[in-house]
Amino acid sequence: MSRSVAVEARNAVKAFGQGAAAVRALDDVSVQIRTGEFFTLLGPSGCGKTTLLRLIAGFETPTSGRILLDGRDITADPPNRRPVNTVFQSYALFPHLTVAENVGFGLAMQGRPKSEVAATTERMLALVRLEAMAGRRTSQLSGGQQQRVALARALAPKPRVLLLDEPLSALDLKLRKEMQVELKRLQHETGITFVFVTHDQEEALTMSDRIGVMSAGRIQQIGSPREIYTRPVNRFVASFIGESNFLPGRVVPGGVRLDCGDTIVAETGTVGGQVTLAVRPEQVRLCAAGEPGALPATLTDLVYFGTDTHCHFALSDGTEVVSRLQSTATGEPGLEIGSRLGLRFAPGAVQILGD
Amino acid sequence: MALTEDRARAAAARTGWLLSAPALTLLFIAAIGPLAIVLVYSFLTPGQYGNVEWQFSWDAWIGILFTRDIFDGTLGLADAHLTIFWRSVQLSVLTTLITFAVGFPTAWFIATRPPSERAFWLFLITIPFWTNLLIRTFAINEVIRNEGLLNTFLLWTGLIAEPMRILYTDTAVLIGMTYVYLPLMVLPLFAAIDRFDMRLLEAGYDLYASRWQVLRRVILRIVRPGIVAGSILVFIPSLGAYVTPRVLGGGKNMMIGNFIELQFGQGRNWPLGAALSIALLVIVTIALLFYVRAATKGNAHG
Repeated sequence: MSRSVAVEARNAVKAFGQGAAAVRALDDVSVQIRTGEFFTLLGPSGCGKTTLLRLIAGFETPTSGRILLDGRDITADPPNRRPVNTVFQSYALFPHLTVAENVGFGLAMQGRPKSEVAATTERMLALVRLEAMAGRRTSQLSGGQQQRVALARALAPKPRVLLLDEPLSALDLKLRKEMQVELKRLQHETGITFVFVTHDQEEALTMSDRIGVMSAGRIQQIGSPREIYTRPVNRFVASFIGESNFLPGRVVPGGVRLDCGDTIVAETGTVGGQVTLAVRPEQVRLCAAGEPGALPATLTDLVYFGTDTHCHFALSDGTEVVSRLQSTATGEPGLEIGSRLGLRFAPGAVQILGD
Repeated sequence: MALTEDRARAAAARTGWLLSAPALTLLFIAAIGPLAIVLVYSFLTPGQYGNVEWQFSWDAWIGILFTRDIFDGTLGLADAHLTIFWRSVQLSVLTTLITFAVGFPTAWFIATRPPSERAFWLFLITIPFWTNLLIRTFAINEVIRNEGLLNTFLLWTGLIAEPMRILYTDTAVLIGMTYVYLPLMVLPLFAAIDRFDMRLLEAGYDLYASRWQVLRRVILRIVRPGIVAGSILVFIPSLGAYVTPRVLGGGKNMMIGNFIELQFGQGRNWPLGAALSIALLVIVTIALLFYVRAATKGNAHG
C-alpha cells in the first residue's frame, strides 16, 4: 500500500545556543510521515523528539533544513498559518473559557460562521464523550476529561496532521490505558494523520503504525513496531525497546565467535569484524549443559515477575544473559542458583548489530 | 468531639479579632471618626473666619452644583464647579489609560525576564517611592518648564524653534500623574502576568489566532484581575490628586482635590469643602462598583 506523504522533515537541524556552546537538539533529521498513519516518535527525554514536533507545529524554526506539508514548504509559516494542531503535554486549555468555547476556539479564530462553530463543537464533544460538560470550566474537569477536551480542541479545525506531545504522561496507569484505546479510536474515526511523541516504549508498540526511534538528536530507526522490536538496527534501539542480551564477538567463517570462547552459527558479514549479537530474553531457551551448539552457563539469579520468571545466567567469561520463562504454578524444578545449564537461541532470534 | 472542635474554632476567631484590634482601632480613630466629622460639617453653616457655625443648612450640598446669583438670589448651575469635576474625571481616566498603555508592556517585560533578574526590575519600579511625592513633582516641573531640560534639549536639537509651553497646562498634570501612578499600575499587572501560563500563547497560535487575537482573546482576558486592580489603584488617587495639579497645573487647572482645599483655605467655606469631600467619596464608590461589576462580568458564571 503506497500512501502519500502528509508531513516531511528534510535534513532538519535545530541548534540551541550560539557558537561553540551550541547544542544540536536535532542533527540532520529526515523523516516522511504518511497520510493517515499513526506515527510515533519514541526516545528518551532530551533525544529531540519534542523539538521535531515543535518544528512541525511551527513553534521553532529549523537552523537548517525544511519542513514540508503535503509537499509544500511550510518552514517559514507561523503556527497560526499551518493546518496542523497540537495536543500539549500540559493540555494548555484556556482557563477563562468553557469546555465548548475551548473546543470552538480554533474554528472561531479561522473566522468560520457561528453556526458552523457550534455544530462542529457539538460533534467534537460527542466524539470525546463530553457533551454533558460543554458549559463547564476546564478547571472543574478531571485530568482525563481535560485530556479529551484538549483532543477535541485540536481535532475540531480538522487539521492535516495532529501532533501529540506526550499527552498521556500526566495520567495514571489505568486512565492511560483507556486513553490509548480512545486515541486509536479517534484516529480511526477521523482518519487524521497522528504524530505522537512518547518515551514509553509500550505505548509506542501498542498504538503505532510506524515508529521512529530517536536518540541524541538523530533518528535511529524507522519501522513498524514488529520491525523495530524484532530487527533493531543498533544497540540503542535494541536496549531502549524491550530488553536485550548483548553478546560481543568477532565474525568467523560460518558464525560469530563470542568473547567467551564459544561460537554461534549465524549469517554474518565480513569475517574478522567486531560485532554485537542481540537476543531477546524470551528467545533464550534452556537445555542440558554440554548439548552440542549450546552455550554453557551458570544460573546466578531467579527473579519472579508473576507471569514470567527471569533467569540470570553468567557465561564462562562472566557476560550476563537473561532468559525469560513463563512461570508455572509449581515453580521451576531443577533450576537452582549455581546450577550449570546450556543456552540456545531460537532460530532467527539473533540480531547482529554493527556497533 | 464536635464540641471541642467548635470551641477551638471560637477561640481561633477570638484570637483573630484580638490580633486585628490595633488595626481596627486605628482605622476607627483615623478614618471613620474624621469622616463622621466631615459629614456633620457638610450640614452646617460656614463661619465668618473659616470654622463652622452650629446651624443646620443644606447650602453646602446645594453649592456643589449650583451657585446663588448675588443680585436676585436665584440658583444657577455652577459652571466653574462642573468644569473642575469634568477635568478631574477626564484627567483621571486619561491617566488610567496611559498608565495601562505604558504599564502593560513594562509589566510583561518584567514578568518574562528570568526569575533572577525580575527582582532587579521590580526594584527599579519601586525606586520613585523612596522620594517624597512633592520633590518628585518639582523634579517633573524642572524637566518640562519653559527653560527646563526637555525644552532646552529640543531647542538644542533644532526640532523646535521656541520653547513648548507644557507647564501649567492639563498636559503637565497628565504627565505628572502618569509618572506618579505608573508603579501602581505596573505592580498588579506584573502579579497577574506572572501567574499567566505562557504555554497558552502557543496554544493560541496553534489554533489559528494571530498575535493580536492572542493578546485580545487570551492574554487580556486572563490577566483581567490585574487590569482591574491596577486601574482602581490609579484611578482613585488620581481623582483626588492634590500635589500634582497644584505644582504642575498652577493655580488655574484645579482638580477636585485642589478645589476642596480651597474651601478650607482661602474660600473659608468648610461646609462646602466637607460636602465636596463626601460627594467625591460617593462618586468614587459608585464608579468602583460599576467598574468592578463590568470588569468581572465575564467570570461571573464560573
